[in-house]
Amino acid sequence: MKTKILMGLMAVVIAGLIAVPWIASYFYIFILTEILILGLFAASFNLIFGYTGMLSFGHAAFFGIGSYATALVLIHLEWPFLACLLVSMGASALLALVIGFLSVRLNEVYFAMLTLAFGMMVFAIAYQWRSVTNGSDGLAGFTLGSFGLGLDLTLGNPAVYYHVVLAIVAIAAVVLYLICRSSFGMILRAIRQNPERVSFAGLNVRTYRLVAFVIAGTFAGLAGGLIAPFLRVASPELLHWSMSAEPVLMAILGGTGYFLGPFVGSAVFVLLETWITSFTESWMLVLGIILAMMVIFFRKGLLGTALDWWLEVKK
Amino acid sequence: MSKPILTIDNLTKRFGGVTAVNGINLEVMPKETIAIIGPNGAGKTTFYNMVSGRMQPTEGKITLDGQDITGLPPHKISRLGVSRSFQINNIFPEMTVQENVEVVLSAYHGHSRKLFNIASRNTGIQQEAVEYLKRLGIDSLKDQRAEVISYGDKRLLEIAMVLATRPKLVLLDEPTAGMTPDETRRTTRLVKSLADSGDYTFLITEHDMDVVFNLADRILVMHRGEKLFAGTPEEVKNHPEVRVAYLGEEDEEVVEEANA
Repeated sequence: MKTKILMGLMAVVIAGLIAVPWIASYFYIFILTEILILGLFAASFNLIFGYTGMLSFGHAAFFGIGSYATALVLIHLEWPFLACLLVSMGASALLALVIGFLSVRLNEVYFAMLTLAFGMMVFAIAYQWRSVTNGSDGLAGFTLGSFGLGLDLTLGNPAVYYHVVLAIVAIAAVVLYLICRSSFGMILRAIRQNPERVSFAGLNVRTYRLVAFVIAGTFAGLAGGLIAPFLRVASPELLHWSMSAEPVLMAILGGTGYFLGPFVGSAVFVLLETWITSFTESWMLVLGIILAMMVIFFRKGLLGTALDWWLEVKK
Repeated sequence: MSKPILTIDNLTKRFGGVTAVNGINLEVMPKETIAIIGPNGAGKTTFYNMVSGRMQPTEGKITLDGQDITGLPPHKISRLGVSRSFQINNIFPEMTVQENVEVVLSAYHGHSRKLFNIASRNTGIQQEAVEYLKRLGIDSLKDQRAEVISYGDKRLLEIAMVLATRPKLVLLDEPTAGMTPDETRRTTRLVKSLADSGDYTFLITEHDMDVVFNLADRILVMHRGEKLFAGTPEEVKNHPEVRVAYLGEEDEEVVEEANA
C-alpha cells in the first residue's frame, strides 16, 4: 500500500517536472535545471559515500573535467551534444581511474586527504594551463549545435535544454539506481559496514572500491558535461575544492542512506541558496546552521526523516 | 593415508622484539577437528591471522592442499578455501540476517561482479542463504536486522557466513566466547554435528575446556607462542606439563571441568 503511494508520488513529481516549462517562468526552469544537474552530481558522489563509505573531497575534479571536455569539444570539434557528453564521461572515467587507483588503497581520513590533494592538483592544472583552458576566465563562447541521434532540438532554448537535462538525468539516475540494487551494489553496502569481512569472503575490497570510484566519477563527468552549456562557461570554479563540498553537503542534507536523498538535498540546497541570498548575504551562515542541525538531530537527512515520520504516522 | 589439507612449517611471527608465535609445526588431515588451546597471549589469534592472511609471517611456510599460501592477502586465501570467524562479531550490522549470508554467497558465486542484476530477486542465492541459516538453526531470524539479534545468534550467523564460502578449512576463533551456558551448549552441539558430517575440516581455538574436549580429535597446546604439547584430548588431560603450565595454574575451574 505504502509502496504504491510512494510510487504514485514519484509519478506525480516526474509528471510535474515534465510539465514545468508550460506552467512556470524561465526563472524556475533555470533553477530546476541546476537542481537536476547538481542532483546527479551529488547522487554520483553518494554511490561512493553513502553506499561504499568512502568520503571523497575531490569529486569536483570529475565534475569539472566533464564540463571542460564538453566545452573543448564544442569549441574545437563542434560535435553533436550527445557526443560531447560521451567524451565528458570518458575523460572523467579515465581521470577517476588514475586518481582512484592511487587513492582507494587508503582508508578514512587518508583517502579523504588524498582525494582532496588530487582535486587541488587538477584545479591548479586547469587554472594555469592557459593555452588549453584559458586560465581563470575559463572556456566560454561555445554554442550548442545539434543534439545527435538525428533529433531536431533547439538546445539554445532554456525550456528545451531543461527537457534534455531532465531526460538524461532521469536515465542516469535509473542506471545508478540499478547499480545500487545489484549484487555489486550489495557488496558496496557490505564494504561500508565491514570491509574486512568482505575480504574474508574472498573479494578484493580495493578493486570494488576502485570500480565504484570510477562509476561515480563517470556520472559526475556527465553532470559536468550538462552544466557547461547551462552556465555557458567551463571555469576553474567548477573544479575548486569548495565545489567538492557541495555533493557532500547535498547528500547529508537529503539523506545518504536513500537513493533519492542527494536529489532532495540538491533541491533544498539550490532553493534555499536562491531564496536566502535574495535578502541576506549570509547564506553560508544559514547553511551552516541547517547542516549542524541535520548532523546533530536528523542523521537520516530530510528524505529519511520525512519517510520515517510518514511510516510512523500513517500506519 | 591421505595427504594433509594444511601443513604449517616452522611458523613464526615477531613484533619488534616480541615473538608472538615461535616455530609452530602442524599438519591437519582432511575432516579432522583440531583445537588450539592456551592462555591469553599464547599466540592463538596471531597464528590464525597468519593462516587467514591477515598478517604476514616473519618466518615459516603455510601450505594448503599442496599450494603455498604464505603471505597471500585474505581474499586470495579465502578463495583458495580457508574461511574464518573472529573473536569479536564480524557481520554486516545494517543488513538482514539473510542478506549477511547472501553477501558471502554472491562473492562465492561471482555474482558480486554483476552490476545490473537485481539482488533482491536472486532467488537461487536467497534459497541457498536460508539453507545455511537452517543448518545453524537461525532461519527464523532471517528478516531481522543483524545488529538486533542476540550475541549468541550473531556468532552463529558468522559461522553460517564462514560455511557459505564452502571452505576446505574452517578456522573458528573462540566460537563460544561470551555466550551464555545455554548458547554454548547449542553451539557446541552444532559444531559437533557439522564436524561429524564429515564435510568440514575445523581448526578451533577455545577457552572453554568442555567445548574443546567435546569437539577436538587432536589438541595443540600453545604457551608463549610455542607448541607445548600436541595430542589427543586424553593425552592432553593427563600430560603433567600441560596441567601445570596451563590447566593447573591458570584456572582451577578448567581442571575440574577437564577432569569431569
